[in-house]
Amino acid sequence: MSEDIYKEVVLDHYRSPRNFGRLNSPDFSASDNNPLCGDHVEMAVKLKDGRVDQVKFIGRGCAISMASASIITELVQGMSLEDLRSFDKEQVLEAMGNPDLGPVRIKCALLPLKTLKLGLYNYLAKQGSQTTSDRGVTP
Amino acid sequence: MLDVDRIRADFPILSHIEKGRPLIYLDNAATSQKPIQVIKALEAFYTEYNANIHRGVYKIAERATAAYEATREKVRQFISASEANEVIFTRNTTESLNVVARSWGEANVKAGDKVVVTLLEHHSNMVPWQLLARKRRAKLEFVSINQDGTLDMEDFKEKVEGAKVVAFTHVSNVVGTINPVCDMTRMAKREGALVVVDGAQAAPHMPVNVSEIGCDFYAFSAHKMLGPTGVGVLYGRRELLEEMPPFLAGGDMISEVHLSGASWNEVPWKFEAGTSNVGDVIAFASAIDYLTVIGMANVRKHEKALTEYALTRLTELDGVKVYGPMEAEKRGGVVPFTIKGVHPHDIAAHLDGMRIAVRSGYHCAQPLHEWLGVQSTARASFYIYNRQDEVDALVEGLKKTSKVFVG
Repeated sequence: MSEDIYKEVVLDHYRSPRNFGRLNSPDFSASDNNPLCGDHVEMAVKLKDGRVDQVKFIGRGCAISMASASIITELVQGMSLEDLRSFDKEQVLEAMGNPDLGPVRIKCALLPLKTLKLGLYNYLAKQGSQTTSDRGVTP
Repeated sequence: MLDVDRIRADFPILSHIEKGRPLIYLDNAATSQKPIQVIKALEAFYTEYNANIHRGVYKIAERATAAYEATREKVRQFISASEANEVIFTRNTTESLNVVARSWGEANVKAGDKVVVTLLEHHSNMVPWQLLARKRRAKLEFVSINQDGTLDMEDFKEKVEGAKVVAFTHVSNVVGTINPVCDMTRMAKREGALVVVDGAQAAPHMPVNVSEIGCDFYAFSAHKMLGPTGVGVLYGRRELLEEMPPFLAGGDMISEVHLSGASWNEVPWKFEAGTSNVGDVIAFASAIDYLTVIGMANVRKHEKALTEYALTRLTELDGVKVYGPMEAEKRGGVVPFTIKGVHPHDIAAHLDGMRIAVRSGYHCAQPLHEWLGVQSTARASFYIYNRQDEVDALVEGLKKTSKVFVG
């Protein structure tokens, strides 16, 4: 762990986070903690025509976790649910300019992604059960 | 005053250069660095007389046994216990405190009994008592603290009334508060309570005299006082140790074993089941020798001056908040702080880029952090080899940190 993990892009997103705030009536949202640092993050998404229309986060934590959340909100903008489903940690770490964060701080970096996926999977599970019954398709 | 430059020359890690910089080690409350004398003692054991103790009749086994038991006597002198048999070797302070809570606690604490600890405790002097209280359906009460991080003595007086066990730290590992352990022990004893003191942050840093304190148990770790990791000490009054059931069962702790049952070895071996951490206990003696030559009163004096300097320099910084008593007289060399707008983990990680090692997080004292109203803190803690210019480096480092994260 060294100061190298604080790339300019990370510091920029930490100092001025994008899409920080609450979202009114989101299609899905989730929150999670990292007990190690006490990081807390909540990610909320609003969809339009099956794509991410608006995404916002609120949270408290270290620069790595907060910058990651902010960067993710920009990356997933306009994504289809399929794209969002396959959106992975490599994309997040690359955008943070840091593929090798080390075993401790990677937990901070991936907390917002984990939280977003939690919300997405809950949403898909709910939709899935509805679509199945609507269309009468057996899985 | 200490000859710090001479002391530093004994610590190889302090002259080890990485990224063109020497290490500035300010995490001594977590563990201390080791002098060459301790490293050499370990090497001598493993290269000259490595053998298991108490059983072998050959020369090197006898030498190892003698060296192991000689450490016990050194510890006795170091804390002024009356007998070497009152010194038990464990793995660490946590294990020492668990021995008391499990062995003495389960045999003596009954439903409805009152167990008292304080808000200043490290988890290791809190969780064992929580478990005991739950198991025995005893009441667990917490002594509160004042705004400056000192113990609320009025509350202590009230809470210890009718208590069965009172457990408290000598020096807080978070805010550095030095508790008035002699007075506290006297007050608790007046109520007939068992008194357990967590000395993990005191024994390495100031003179400790368990006979003067008058406590029943006193626990500390070798690795925070120049010794190797994996060695803890539990001092216990002889009468109590005699009555207590063993903590772990197995080899070395028994007197006789038959298929129908077993009888226990004498104190202290009753509490040292299985092969001990022989090499590390033996090397611990060199750590005690090192500190004894310097003198514990001088260690305290040096750290007090450094703490005073650090408190002054840190409180001058914009956005920096320091927690705990502001007079160095009332605190050990432990200084927790936060910078407005910077998470403590970022402070520690950023300082690490300058090879300055400080700790960040809860420091194993989550309830205390909740009370302080902070998620976590960064913490600088000092020892005999730290210098004023290292505090200066910390201050300069924090200025940079502040600039990078806050702008």
